Amino acid sequence: MIEALNLVKWFGPILAVNDVTFTVERGEVLGFLGPNGAGKSTTMRMITGFLPPSSGTVRIDGHDVVDDPIPARENVGYLPENAPGYPEMTVTGFLNFVAEVHGLGGQDKRDAVGRVVEMCHLRPVLHQPIDTLSKGYRHRTCFAQSILPDPPILVLDEPTDGLDPNQKREVRDLIREMGKEKAIILSTHILEEVDAVCSRVIIIDNGQLVCNGTPDELRKRAPGAGSVTVGIYDHKAGEIKDVFSGLKGVKRVDVLGEHNGAVQVKVYPVRQDGNPLELGPVLANVMKERGMVFGEFHTEKGRLEEVFYDVTRAEQEVASDTEKVSNNVG
Amino acid sequence: MERRCRNVWTIAKRELAGYFMSPVAYVFIIIFLVLSGFFTFMVSDFFATNEASLAPFFFWHQWLYLFLVPAIGMRLWSEERRSGTIELLLTMPITAGQAIIAKFLAAWVFLGLALILTFPMVITVNFLGNPDNGVIAAGYLGSFLTAGAYLSLSSLTSAMTRNQVVSFITAVVLCMFLLLAGWPPVTNMVTWAPYWVIDTVAGVSVVPHYDALQRGVIAIRDLVYFASVMGFALFATGVIVHSRRGA
Repeated sequence: MIEALNLVKWFGPILAVNDVTFTVERGEVLGFLGPNGAGKSTTMRMITGFLPPSSGTVRIDGHDVVDDPIPARENVGYLPENAPGYPEMTVTGFLNFVAEVHGLGGQDKRDAVGRVVEMCHLRPVLHQPIDTLSKGYRHRTCFAQSILPDPPILVLDEPTDGLDPNQKREVRDLIREMGKEKAIILSTHILEEVDAVCSRVIIIDNGQLVCNGTPDELRKRAPGAGSVTVGIYDHKAGEIKDVFSGLKGVKRVDVLGEHNGAVQVKVYPVRQDGNPLELGPVLANVMKERGMVFGEFHTEKGRLEEVFYDVTRAEQEVASDTEKVSNNVG
Repeated sequence: MERRCRNVWTIAKRELAGYFMSPVAYVFIIIFLVLSGFFTFMVSDFFATNEASLAPFFFWHQWLYLFLVPAIGMRLWSEERRSGTIELLLTMPITAGQAIIAKFLAAWVFLGLALILTFPMVITVNFLGNPDNGVIAAGYLGSFLTAGAYLSLSSLTSAMTRNQVVSFITAVVLCMFLLLAGWPPVTNMVTWAPYWVIDTVAGVSVVPHYDALQRGVIAIRDLVYFASVMGFALFATGVIVHSRRGA
């Protein structure tokens, strides 16, 4: 569906996107994460053919967006950042215009416009000029425009920006629903959104792709992922620590302190191929054998925020480490 | 081909409707009519010439257009850039060339409408005397083509910047060059140059072509002149829109 191969974009001397490669298939909703200025919007603009890449190619359904733009664009619905619209036009005038540009006329046009008006709840503002709309309505009008021709591919740059919580939820439901048969790319700052709608996540930092996987896979990369917190009664902290530390698969045991008469410890697992080992059964077994009574037991799934922080910060640290090493060598 | 025409028509229709949904259209038409009336009747003293001809009327058009056409053309692309709609427009299944031609045509048709609304002038001279209506028709054609030439230059400057004031001023200067290129003070600036350079600079001027049409002469070379100015400026617009998409 969408193939982005080795995308590079220079703005003068600034490298905005550096060798980004990924594909999105039908039935996938790809979440595009990254700090501000990481190159998300630039990448999306290259996918929609608005910006030509400095090198690399984008293919939509096999059509190169630079060499064969029209068939490629026919298949893509695009919601640009900040949801632009022609200020003096009414909502219905704007949607009719978009339908006509996509070659719809007569009943087809009326059906298509009617459908998105219902989906995006635009009926109350149909005859209002776009520049008099509230931010939420303006955003939904532009969103409606992107799904109007019912394209198999959607590129949505911050689709829930400026919406209130209820509207956010509706748009997410809509995206999830459409994601069943379309290929969708959306960028966002909101990590819960990724959990709510995305089947796959890409994190991009400083123009480079630093992560690509399902939300669950990414979560496992969080530093705290797979760690188990237990609160154990009637045992000394040192004893507990010794018992757990000796177990296979345990990397480290931290004593967190006492709470309601129970010693709380946090047990970190060893990682294999970057994935944390499952500690729950091991710990449960050993506590059963030794007759340890516990009041609390939970395994951390890892939070996307942590991963996000980790990969977008670590980059810089790694960079400075390499520098040190090369300095030493030198 | 049919598809291309339909795209151009769709965009042009939206664009033209846009003029009438904002005050731009009405303000422009009223000012154009009032000013062309003022210059014809008060400055050129239309009745005192005692001739059944629209020559004094058309004489002022090239000067009126100097300011009024860039005022229409300045928003063509800078407005799209400023409001971000350029991103929508250029990712729709149309080519940039179609969008450029459509936007230009819409603005040109609009200028044509303003021009048509001067028809009471034609009625007046026909009522008062016996004018050569062929010459008047050629005069209208010349006026319309000059507006088109100015407009294509305004489209070019509009594509260069998102700032409409910059776009307007640059367009006025370019149009002024077109108007004054054959004028001795301008050609004198390049007297150091070989004769053919002076000739080329003077040849850019719209004035001889405009005057020919005002005399009622519709010659191929004048039409070719207008077509090449517009063709060149729109082509350059295309190059700029293409290379400055992200800016």
